[in-house]
Amino acid sequence: MAKSLFDKVWESHIVMNIPGGSGVLYIDRHFIHEVTSPQAFEELEKKGLPIFRKRKIIATADHNVPTKDQHLPIQDPLSRNQIETLSSNCKKHNMKLFGLGHKYQGIVHVIGPELGITLPGMTIVCGDSHTSTHGAFGSIAFGIGTSQVAMVMASQCLLQRKPKQMRIHVEGNLKKGVTPKDVILYIISKLGTGVATGHFVEYTGGIFRRMSMEGRMTICNMSIEMGAKGGIIAPDKTTFSYLEGKKFSTTGITFKNAIKYWKNLYTDEYALFDRKYSFDASDIEPMITYGTNPGMGIKISQKIPKHTDQKSLEYMGLKNNESLIGKTIDYVFIGSCTNARIEDLYLVAKIVTNKKKAQNVQAMIVPGSQKIIRKLREEGLDLIFKKAGFELRESGCSACLGMNEDQIPSGSYCVSTSNRNFEGRQGHGSRTLLASPLVAAITAIEGKIVNINRYIEENSLLN
Amino acid sequence: MNKFTRLISKAVPLEIENIDTDQIIPARFLKTTTREHFGENLFRDWRLTSNGIPIKNFILNNSSYSGEILLTGKNFGCGSSREHAAWALLDYGFRVVISSSFADIFKENTLNNGLLPIEVSDKFLKDLFQAVQINKNTLLCVDLEKQILKIGTTNKDESFDIDSYKKMCFLNGSDDIDFLISLKDKIKAFEKKHSEFLS
Ligand code: SF4
Repeated sequence: MAKSLFDKVWESHIVMNIPGGSGVLYIDRHFIHEVTSPQAFEELEKKGLPIFRKRKIIATADHNVPTKDQHLPIQDPLSRNQIETLSSNCKKHNMKLFGLGHKYQGIVHVIGPELGITLPGMTIVCGDSHTSTHGAFGSIAFGIGTSQVAMVMASQCLLQRKPKQMRIHVEGNLKKGVTPKDVILYIISKLGTGVATGHFVEYTGGIFRRMSMEGRMTICNMSIEMGAKGGIIAPDKTTFSYLEGKKFSTTGITFKNAIKYWKNLYTDEYALFDRKYSFDASDIEPMITYGTNPGMGIKISQKIPKHTDQKSLEYMGLKNNESLIGKTIDYVFIGSCTNARIEDLYLVAKIVTNKKKAQNVQAMIVPGSQKIIRKLREEGLDLIFKKAGFELRESGCSACLGMNEDQIPSGSYCVSTSNRNFEGRQGHGSRTLLASPLVAAITAIEGKIVNINRYIEENSLLN
Repeated sequence: MNKFTRLISKAVPLEIENIDTDQIIPARFLKTTTREHFGENLFRDWRLTSNGIPIKNFILNNSSYSGEILLTGKNFGCGSSREHAAWALLDYGFRVVISSSFADIFKENTLNNGLLPIEVSDKFLKDLFQAVQINKNTLLCVDLEKQILKIGTTNKDESFDIDSYKKMCFLNGSDDIDFLISLKDKIKAFEKKHSEFLS
């Protein structure tokens, strides 16, 4: 029978099936961080259970770390305690930790791929919903709760019911100024935030094939924003060359054999999906959100739809049928596991070189990892950002979730490259407009939202 | 996990769709390392102003509504995977959440904590809201064994689905972790034949 990529990876990880339709799914990689792991360690301790496969657990501190002066002791006692608890738990169990100050520290979904820990065909979990990011490598990756973190620690397995499958196919050519972020914001705006509940989504078609790994990660990252359990893209040459030479990926002879194995990871021609959608790439334009869920997005040049939910518009201080062009912005946040990779920051640098941010805007760049920061410095991009008036911070989740002190003040507008525009997500009362790094960079320079297509033409950008 | 068989209770109608876990419990309250006391900050920014004053028209501040059942709009629990959302609802006193759909991770979190998620049809969800809004003292009756949810005042009912294994967990008060540990030998045998490229 014809099988999907998802079927193939899923079936190769089923230890056994149980009555009722669930299976015991073996997990190859388990990422943990400071916020959703302490109660799992506590549960194991209470039950007197050992950690079953330490080698498969990789820890980092990211959600609740300061992004300024990371070498100094953390001021907030609660945050400090959470980070110290992670360190002491990892030490006690002799587990790999890329904690604060470590050269590989960073946002969990940025460091896994960039270190070659994430590989095709694997099952990957983390107590974080954006674990879906790792699906860009052709792995089954999904977010779990803390009780499940404890289960994986104790048994390296989870009880799971096989999700339904959805395929989203996009063909055609992307217009100038349209980035992977716009593609996924466009798809979510068309399909809604609950469309993929209970499904795993495979992305197929020319635009994903031609996309870089960074772009594919941005796509898979936001799968959760339409309710999907995860997103997946078949591995190909782009995947293999991205992984070659990465710190923890297989090397030499084994790498060659690994490629042979990875080449079997694709969806058969007649594989069945529960649902299918198709889009034409040429219909996609630079996007922005105006509401309080990621499905409330429009092409920048469009007006806010007429019958938008009032509660949401009130929160955002916006009106039905209003255009966002010309809207003054207070903050620009370039960061998060969606768009704080090196490619995103190259794009920002390209826009802001020899320019200066508008006075009314505070612009902040929070790279996804220490490794990226080193690269920026090596190539002198830190100076470009500094000259343009952007503040370059150290790595962490930062204003993506407003857990540390990096918060957007109540009532302020923030164009953000992150993934969620929920009420209060970036701080109590904050108003988030999600967009690509390109849109964010241009907004910072102009101090307001502009018509991106026209701006690109007029300034001969991206030629 | 506590056992669950039947519950007869009033319900609190929170008629909003797409409620995300950032609303259920905002990130700034996730800095602790234990599972306790999250109820205090349940729906914090909808419940209280930044000065800690209760916001009058929020349903949880309306003392005429009470009960151990939360009735809510579709796609409840979307967004972040934080299990703290399930802990907060339980700690506040809810034992059942009813909606026409739940986000996947949230649903698994409720099932792993003994908070019963009941998925009903859009039509029945409307009936439920209507019944509770007309009469605040309406009792809802949840029978897990029979998998039936009934509205006391109108006698309308609907059956609901639950994974048979999960149902057994609720009825016995058991959880996955003990079951998974009992499979260690099988898991070890699986590891032996698992591909080297995945190790
Ligand atoms: S960057 Fe944001 S979305 Fe990504 S893991 Fe951190 S908090 Fe979650």
